Amino acid sequence: MRLKYPTDIRIVRVPCTGKVDVLHMLRAFEKGADGVYVVGCLEGDCHYNSGNLRARKRVEQVQKILDTIGIGGERAQMYNLSSGEGPLFAKYATEMHERILEMGPNPIKARRQQAA
Amino acid sequence: MIVADRKPIEEIIEEVKGYKHILVLGCNECVTVCEAGGKKEVGVLASALRMHAMNEGREVQIDEHTLERQCDHEYLEEIRDRIDQYDAVVSLACGVGVQFMAEKYHSTPIYPGVNTTFLGATEERGLWTERCQACGSCILARTGGICPIARCAKRLLNGPCGGSSSGRCEINKDVDCAWHLIIERLKALGKLEDYEELSPLKDWSKDRAGGPRKVVREDVQL
Repeated sequence: MRLKYPTDIRIVRVPCTGKVDVLHMLRAFEKGADGVYVVGCLEGDCHYNSGNLRARKRVEQVQKILDTIGIGGERAQMYNLSSGEGPLFAKYATEMHERILEMGPNPIKARRQQAA
Repeated sequence: MIVADRKPIEEIIEEVKGYKHILVLGCNECVTVCEAGGKKEVGVLASALRMHAMNEGREVQIDEHTLERQCDHEYLEEIRDRIDQYDAVVSLACGVGVQFMAEKYHSTPIYPGVNTTFLGATEERGLWTERCQACGSCILARTGGICPIARCAKRLLNGPCGGSSSGRCEINKDVDCAWHLIIERLKALGKLEDYEELSPLKDWSKDRAGGPRKVVREDVQL
């Protein structure tokens, strides 16, 4: 397919999105990530039944925390697609990239750089 | 177990905003099981507090630690050599742990990170319900193993009130009528005659009405 998607996205592979914890996402933001999005299988198609549903709930928790502390909950997102949907993967990556460009960088990153 | 619920992060942020060195201290017992104050919740809260402080341009050091229990001297002693490094501690233990910490480390402000709620059971993941009010004189032997003190809104001792309807309590249709449950259970046990026995007045002095309580066991004291 040789599809293009933004190059500033780092993929962290997990066996199932059910493995992704609130803490993993928060740590990423704490280290300066501008956004974190979780891409899971389609709802109802989870090999482990509810991994992607758990991931969605955890993303929602992270969104609430980020909103509370003034970082912006929109920086965390959950997407679902099937493994055969390459073009959709690229579309979601572009969508997330644009969302982050609109929101600007993670303020934590700027503070870290100031402190260093 | 003691069931606690997480406090809103905003509330904790407000409590500790003036401090520069903070310890977020979890407990490995009940609050870990009810997912309110264990190692993971300590990590989440500490991370949120760090990011909030950084976002406001404040330099704050927030450390994380989780003790086996916060209601026993020997475990609380584990942090004696480092407690002086901190201006404040946010304890994610139940109210017992928070108070025991405060008693032990008199000069360090301790803030609660959870709302201690009740003595209950895990019905399913994410659902905890009240079962006991620690009234000090258990009557479960007579009530089919279902407690009317904890589960009846009126704490009735001799059968349901007039508000019981189709097995539900009048305060809320989602709440089971404890006495309905008791009668059903006594029927199942073939002990319905127990229901006929009038319960004498309960000695409430063993409940909170008698003030703070203590258990003294000379046989196990050293």
